[in-house]
Amino acid sequence: MKATVHVFLKPGVLDVQGKAVENALHGLGWPGVREVRVGRVIEFVIDAADPAAAKSEAAAMCERLLANPVIEGYRVDVAP
Amino acid sequence: MKAAVIVFPGSNCDRDCKVAIERSTGASVAMVWHGETALPDGLDLIVLPGGFAYGDYLRAGAMAALSPVMAPVRAAATRGVAVAGICNGFQVLCEAGMLPGALLRNADLKYVCKAVTLEVTNPKTRFTAAYGDRREAVMTVGNGEGNFFADDETLDRLEGEDRVVFRYRDNPNGSARSIAGIVGGAGNVLGVMPHPDRAFEDDLGRTGGAPLFQSVLGGA
Repeated sequence: MKATVHVFLKPGVLDVQGKAVENALHGLGWPGVREVRVGRVIEFVIDAADPAAAKSEAAAMCERLLANPVIEGYRVDVAP
Repeated sequence: MKAAVIVFPGSNCDRDCKVAIERSTGASVAMVWHGETALPDGLDLIVLPGGFAYGDYLRAGAMAALSPVMAPVRAAATRGVAVAGICNGFQVLCEAGMLPGALLRNADLKYVCKAVTLEVTNPKTRFTAAYGDRREAVMTVGNGEGNFFADDETLDRLEGEDRVVFRYRDNPNGSARSIAGIVGGAGNVLGVMPHPDRAFEDDLGRTGGAPLFQSVLGGA
């Protein structure tokens, strides 16, 4: 199964990269862009009995390593 | 007195720390590779140095926090041995859960490398006692992810328990409440973003880091 993990800074944490990108987009002529967040995508293949199991394994990996729960949130998608 | 400096792949201030400790305190310093599973006996101080351990892959300090050597470092900290994480070492200690909070990208997105004046906020810790009546110390920072972050509750607790040991007079990176250094554990685990190892003798232009090492290891 293929897992895709999205890691983003939590809403309360100022995303300075996102802010810089947002300002740049405004400068390029997209003034309506708001709330830009820059995150990270991590993909991997995992052996698991079913998607739910893969998802819960990936969530455990996020808690241990892939995300820093102090500052980051995550979302896991699993495809067969 | 005896100290150890942990050497991660990508550490670049490990030698600086060794020389800084030797010259400012006279202590002997062992260099310990990150793959070791035991530390030398009788250590009074363990330093996690600055640099870019594991290339800062994933997040600064994230991979180093999982190094084999961190198990005995953690055990030593639990026994009360002084542990100091400097710059990248501070990031490692946060990632290892040995200190609260995290270090974010600098608020202006720039790597900042310059001398900074610090307020010695708590002069009564194991890392600051030798500052005595001096409530200021000048060291240098060199960081791109030195922006200390913790939630308000954690920050209130750090301040309430007198665990903030250094504050920037002029915040160079957006750190919450201008925090430059904190202690955790039983007051024996220090995280500090500026480099005492770059400010320990006159030839370096500033000496504000020497008392930090002298506080833990004695010497003058």
